[in-house]
Amino acid sequence: MTGAYAGFVNSAVGTKLAAQLGLPRPVRLRRYAADAPLVEGPVLVAGLADAPVAEHVRTLLSDEGVEVVDAVPAGSRLGAVVLDLTTVTEPGDLDLVRVVLAPAVKALRASGRVVVVGADPASATSVAQAASRRALEGITRSVGKELRFGATANLVLVAEGAEANTDAAVRFLLSGRSAYVDAQVVRVGPGTPAEPADWALPLAGKVAVVTGAARGIGASIADVLARDGAHVVCVDIPAAGESLARTANRVGGTALQVDVTAADAGQRILDATGRHGGLDVVVHNAGITRDKLLANMDESRWDSVLDVNLGSILRMNEVLLGENGIRDGGHVVLVSSIAGIAGNRGQTNYAASKAGVIGLVDALSVDADLVRRGISVNAVAPGFIETEMTAKVPFATREVGRLLNSLSQGGLPVDVAETIAWFSQDANAGVTGNVVRVCGQSLLGA
Amino acid sequence: MAASAKPRRAAVIGGNRIPFARANSTYAKASNQDMLTASLEGLVARFGLAGEPVGEVTAGAVLKHSRDFNLTRESVLGSSLAPTTPAYDVQQACGTGLEATVLVANKIALGQVESGIAGGTDTASDAPIAVNEGLRETLLALNRAKTPGQRLKAVARLRPGQVVPEIPRNVEPRTGLSMGEHMAQTAAHWGVTREAQDELAVQSHRNLAAAYDRGFFDDLLTPYLGLTRDQNLRADSSVDKLAKLKPVFGRGDGATMTAANSTPLTDGASVVLLGSDEWAAERGLPVLAHLVDAQTAAVDYVTGHEGLLMAPAYALPHLLERQGMKLQDFDLVEIHEAFAATVLCTLAAWESESFCRDRLGLDAPIGALDRTRLNVNGSSLAAGHPFAATGGRIVASLAKSLEERGSGARGLISICAAGGQGVMAILEAA
Ligand SMILES: NC(=O)c1ccc[n+]([C@@H]2O[C@H](COP(=O)([O-])OP(=O)(O)OC[C@H]3O[C@@H](n4cnc5c(N)ncnc54)[C@H](O)[C@@H]3O)[C@@H](O)[C@H]2O)c1
Repeated sequence: MTGAYAGFVNSAVGTKLAAQLGLPRPVRLRRYAADAPLVEGPVLVAGLADAPVAEHVRTLLSDEGVEVVDAVPAGSRLGAVVLDLTTVTEPGDLDLVRVVLAPAVKALRASGRVVVVGADPASATSVAQAASRRALEGITRSVGKELRFGATANLVLVAEGAEANTDAAVRFLLSGRSAYVDAQVVRVGPGTPAEPADWALPLAGKVAVVTGAARGIGASIADVLARDGAHVVCVDIPAAGESLARTANRVGGTALQVDVTAADAGQRILDATGRHGGLDVVVHNAGITRDKLLANMDESRWDSVLDVNLGSILRMNEVLLGENGIRDGGHVVLVSSIAGIAGNRGQTNYAASKAGVIGLVDALSVDADLVRRGISVNAVAPGFIETEMTAKVPFATREVGRLLNSLSQGGLPVDVAETIAWFSQDANAGVTGNVVRVCGQSLLGA
Repeated sequence: MAASAKPRRAAVIGGNRIPFARANSTYAKASNQDMLTASLEGLVARFGLAGEPVGEVTAGAVLKHSRDFNLTRESVLGSSLAPTTPAYDVQQACGTGLEATVLVANKIALGQVESGIAGGTDTASDAPIAVNEGLRETLLALNRAKTPGQRLKAVARLRPGQVVPEIPRNVEPRTGLSMGEHMAQTAAHWGVTREAQDELAVQSHRNLAAAYDRGFFDDLLTPYLGLTRDQNLRADSSVDKLAKLKPVFGRGDGATMTAANSTPLTDGASVVLLGSDEWAAERGLPVLAHLVDAQTAAVDYVTGHEGLLMAPAYALPHLLERQGMKLQDFDLVEIHEAFAATVLCTLAAWESESFCRDRLGLDAPIGALDRTRLNVNGSSLAAGHPFAATGGRIVASLAKSLEERGSGARGLISICAAGGQGVMAILEAA
């Protein structure tokens, strides 16, 4: 947690003033630590009717040694609440949310979690069912805004018959890995998830490529993928070679100095992964901003942003997703932005590229060939993340960016990286075509 | 190994260097150890060797502080290589980097190691400064003194003149002449013109600039301290511009050597990754080329019998004979541009019937070299010449160029060195 505001409200005077004025108080978020449990404290698991997902959740929690409870235990605080409402059929069923969550939310620890599980409204068999299913989204987003002290609320929507595929998503949302993911809807579909031999190394033996890995979010992605067991081929422009080498050596990976806009970038990346026996994960992270109001936007700003952030990805994918490219069952992860969802003043070029990335995910995730090969395609859309890119933003705008979200702070590169690493898991194969915002429930574009 | 069995050939897998900087500029505060470590780090990252050991690391520096007695091993310990990687220093003046490559390659060929890194580093900015010889003797006497009286006596020998430090100079100890003055004599002997030298210098800059532009160095170089290209490179260099410069070596009308057709003092480092074919294959690493053969030679420059930098001319016939080759058989030739005149004198000597007959003992001249095969990606006049780092720069670049030309392509490397020495090696594309 950084920033002038956070420093102030957490100082002695600031704490008092902030309390009197009712200002938001950013807390240190619970993040991944090797020795930390999946969730701290007991988890309340409840559900409507036969609640098919709740059963899976109970099993995975007891596998992890986490205490599962049916009600708020007296004198104890909860680490999380999981509420399985996949069987809602009419608005009357929703009252269960109130009944279960009202006491649970009061008893939730700092950085606690609320995970609501529902079914896809699109596949509902009646109007009432569709409406009730959709209602869960409104509930979750509102709960996210009510929760305090770093707690988050997210919704998992399960496709018909995919109840057994939710483990990786539930684990992620309960864990410290999802610290800055708040009020998101994660859709879990069919696919064939493969449970890792060791949940502490979900990417063991995998080969991943990360573009823009010299610094910022990309360097963090390399760190987290390597921590989770992958060999990482780190790509960045030749001019960034010195810090790229630092990233690569830190993660025990390989450095590849390639400009992603080069015509042969895809081939050179593929060649570099060849020596490790294949390619399992592609993370298109390299990106630039060249801000200007549209009225003053010149051709070079427009072209360079669109080519680095979008055009290059399309070109590289021709090779990387081609016949000799990524292995069956692999994962492609793209980096969009809330600017691509909400738009942003001075960023028509950037928003075009980042919205384009979402379109690319939509199309590729239903591409017949990729679906047949079991390749997942997802994107993260980071909100305000503390990097050199955002350090360039003027002070006032930066402070506003930090605060305009439910967690009252900017995210860290590692938060984006954790979500990407989760998209990269074979255990998460049921998740494709998703765009998950890592934004602390930013008010922008929500 | 049976006496008749041919030893295997060491593979050149790749290389890395930092951009070369002009002395007292961007790398002014970087030490030899800093630069060698940076070069190793880039190499380790490129080939994914973090945490892994290699058979040995062999490198050196020409201008070396006494505290750097274990320069290469210290650099290894500061790198991401496994700390169980042995290392040692070598030094053969400007031949250091190439000689180090030959040493590692020979150990690989003999099966004594499976992999190794060879290289070199030099800084003309952070050069060691020695205390004046008189002061040194006084200080040593002081150190030996046991009684206060002896100490006083030792201190009493201090003289104001003794505080003047000795900065290393680019001078041959036995002749008192700078390398440039020596070269000027040889250039005059061979009648090398100012125009020919300037043309060679311009070509070096153009070739190097073109190599950068086509991304040739993307996998040969890692930026350092903000520098992404060799600082000495002048892409817009032209014969007209160079013609305006005043000569800096030689005397009177016959002086032809300028700051532009002589290499500037430079800081930098380079390393080359070598291994057996098996070692490379196990790791899925590419093999660009193999080291085929190598030869050193030395000349008697002290009596004036031969020019200081002419030793490579004498090394070549041995290589050609052993390999059953002609100079013209090489697809590419790299002659280190200590001075433009060095290259031109060497080529002239090989073309000269009398030189080849009287000095090399050959029946016929070695003959002319097709200049389009010479230093095709630029050489030291453009890139600069951090003495011990030049060998590694050339080996890695040549190996890559040969690989681009296709299997079996052969390349020759020639590097002259202080003390009248020369090192040569032959690479062949895998
Ligand atoms: N920082 C944020 O708040 C934020 C928010 C939303 C989205 N993003 C996105 O996250 C990604 C990473 O951003 P960051 O904040 O870490 O930025 P950054 O500028 O710190 O890092 C971007 C990296 O990409 C590299 N890169 C740029 N052009 C390249 C090219 N042509 N080829 C290869 N590499 C290239 C850069 O050299 C740099 O190392 C970008 O796609 C960005 O749009 C960031």
